[in-house]
Amino acid sequence: MYVYQDYDQRLLEERVAQYRDQTRRYLAGQLSEDEFLALRLQNGLYIQRYAPMLRISVPYGMLASKQLRTLGKITREYDKGFAHVSTRQNIQLNWPEVEDVPDILAELAAVQMHAIQTSGNCIRNITTDELAGARPDEVEDPRPWCEIIRQWSTFNPEFAYLPRKFKIAVNAVPDADPAVIGVHDIGVQVVHGADGETGFQVWAGGGLGRTPMVGSVIGEYVPWRHLLAYLEAILRVYNKYGNRDNKYKARIKILVKALGPEKFRELTEAEFAELKDGPMTLTEEEVARIRQYFTEPDYRDDVDGATLDQALAENRAFNRWYHTNSHAHKRDGYRAVTLTLKKTGRIPGDISDSQFEKVADLADRYSFGEVRNTHQQNMVMADVAKDDLFALWRELDALGFATPNLGLLTDIVACPGGDLCSLANAKSIPIAEGIQRRFDDLDFVHDLGALDINISGCMNACGHHHIGHIGILGVDKKGKEFYQITLGGRGDKVSRIGEKMGPSFESHEVTGVIEKIINTYVDQRLENEPFIDTYERVGMDPFKESVYG
Amino acid sequence: MGNDTTTNGGPARVIVDGEIVDNTWRRLNEEQLEADGLPDAGAVIVPLAYWKTHRDALLARADAVGVCLEPGEEPADLADDLPHLPLVAIHFPAFKDGRGYSYARELRTRYRFAGEVRAVGDVLQDQLFYLHRVGFNAFEVRADRNIEEALEHGLRPFTVTYQGDVHDPRPVYLRREELRGA
Repeated sequence: MYVYQDYDQRLLEERVAQYRDQTRRYLAGQLSEDEFLALRLQNGLYIQRYAPMLRISVPYGMLASKQLRTLGKITREYDKGFAHVSTRQNIQLNWPEVEDVPDILAELAAVQMHAIQTSGNCIRNITTDELAGARPDEVEDPRPWCEIIRQWSTFNPEFAYLPRKFKIAVNAVPDADPAVIGVHDIGVQVVHGADGETGFQVWAGGGLGRTPMVGSVIGEYVPWRHLLAYLEAILRVYNKYGNRDNKYKARIKILVKALGPEKFRELTEAEFAELKDGPMTLTEEEVARIRQYFTEPDYRDDVDGATLDQALAENRAFNRWYHTNSHAHKRDGYRAVTLTLKKTGRIPGDISDSQFEKVADLADRYSFGEVRNTHQQNMVMADVAKDDLFALWRELDALGFATPNLGLLTDIVACPGGDLCSLANAKSIPIAEGIQRRFDDLDFVHDLGALDINISGCMNACGHHHIGHIGILGVDKKGKEFYQITLGGRGDKVSRIGEKMGPSFESHEVTGVIEKIINTYVDQRLENEPFIDTYERVGMDPFKESVYG
Repeated sequence: MGNDTTTNGGPARVIVDGEIVDNTWRRLNEEQLEADGLPDAGAVIVPLAYWKTHRDALLARADAVGVCLEPGEEPADLADDLPHLPLVAIHFPAFKDGRGYSYARELRTRYRFAGEVRAVGDVLQDQLFYLHRVGFNAFEVRADRNIEEALEHGLRPFTVTYQGDVHDPRPVYLRREELRGA
């Protein structure tokens, strides 16, 4: 992963000093609430329902074991012993004190971490495929491009006060969309041109939230040298023309829709024409320099596949976990492994101080000292030798991170919801827990197969409910919590927004409704047909009938 | 709704090119100009609409005239007149409205405007660094704030920047050796 140079480190230290002074002036009454609000948000600090929430940046999800240990220490010393993996591959703390944040930032800076631009109306953390660099089907590793975009976007002076937040994701897989670029403000698809050179198809105007939309292709082919100039052109168009009167109409998706993709492209191309071949043009030397931080780890050539085959044959639980929670690798003898952070009754993405430390130790022993956060609120160890898998599984099982439910019904994505977040209309954790408890028969859950359930406690859609095969959205009706259900959303290459079923439900009804939806699917499905295929084949009606009939 | 608490005409002192100096410009709005007319003497900053409708009279004036852009009024609206102007002000009704950052950048890099680019309105210490990087060289710090502190702590909180800017267009990787030596 990227290793800081002296000047990267100096930048972080200067940031800590700047934020410490801003906090001091706020506490001394020299900055108004509103003025400090914008400053603290650009530093990931929200004032939540019960306490502040601090969102720590994890660029494209990559964490080194040293960083995991610091997160464990911070979680123990400044919080109540728990943190959460967010859907932007970041880490959130829920109980830090405003006064302590500068000290937390100083501890983070010591391990090359920070909270820069994890909130506020600026360019947020760059996200990508959690299997980047390991998966067999990517055209190349997308992470060097993520790092190049990260540096360009960090403290970019022109784009710190945008109309609204701005999210960029990068994907390098041709036939799948593991980074969900279709629903990002900008989605960057890495492609190889006819000449074999790297280039990008650039999407803009996707997003979730109140008005979910799939983006449009704005740049059909942007040569690698011009990536930053093209992104800057899009951002400048958005900064100048995005709506600033109504925050619900302020995302770039609304601008792209209002102008139409053709007009938006025309404005972008006009800006791009001036920036192209200017000082932002990337050099071969710089791209090569960044790429050297993302080379292959020191893979072993003597991995013993026979021990794995034997363990798979002898241990049914291990076998199930292997097939559900581990992934094909581009290197023979290796697998990538997902740690499921979805224990029933806990907030999705939940991880404790001691678990951070334990994961750090396991990463050092089994996966070259690195892990990645996933946008599904899990973690990945990307480079595990096959003859280590059984031992790793036993350790993960003891840790509670080996629930073999990845991608299945109980692997629920949910925001913190009304239990913790002041924006939420409704709770999401008890809803997730209710579903997990109702479907506690692992054999049945496995038989159901791939099924994404996403829960958001409000319109802001932090739980990505629009792209869940089953989406659950908390809404407020006269002060009471209700839940609206959508079906048919997809966060894969298809990127589709789910369709509303009908009137919403009270919280105690939700689990029963999910059960009826599942029963309808079981009745309707053809042999081994996944839920989403059945839904697309039979449509909404049979589901509606069973729920409202 | 903004937080601009500017008093009539602008503050007594402003930051120009890194120093606190007496403000020699009076910024006038449409109502003032309509009520009192254009002052005979002294440097003035007028709204874009007023400039457009009174261009000849303003050009004939002995003392200096600058133009103030509001959010939504782009440098492109003023492009042909820039050679005649010693100053362009950009108004921030609220510091969170970031359009002015792109306007300043365009003034400097697209139109090569070499005159004074002045931030007016809700201009605060914590935004000065970014404002300076995109091309502002003059700041009317909001009247209820300490201009000395803003200058001392706000203009250069960082010695490291990743992107190029109007002062040095080179991105960090072309300045690496200099940064190492710093």
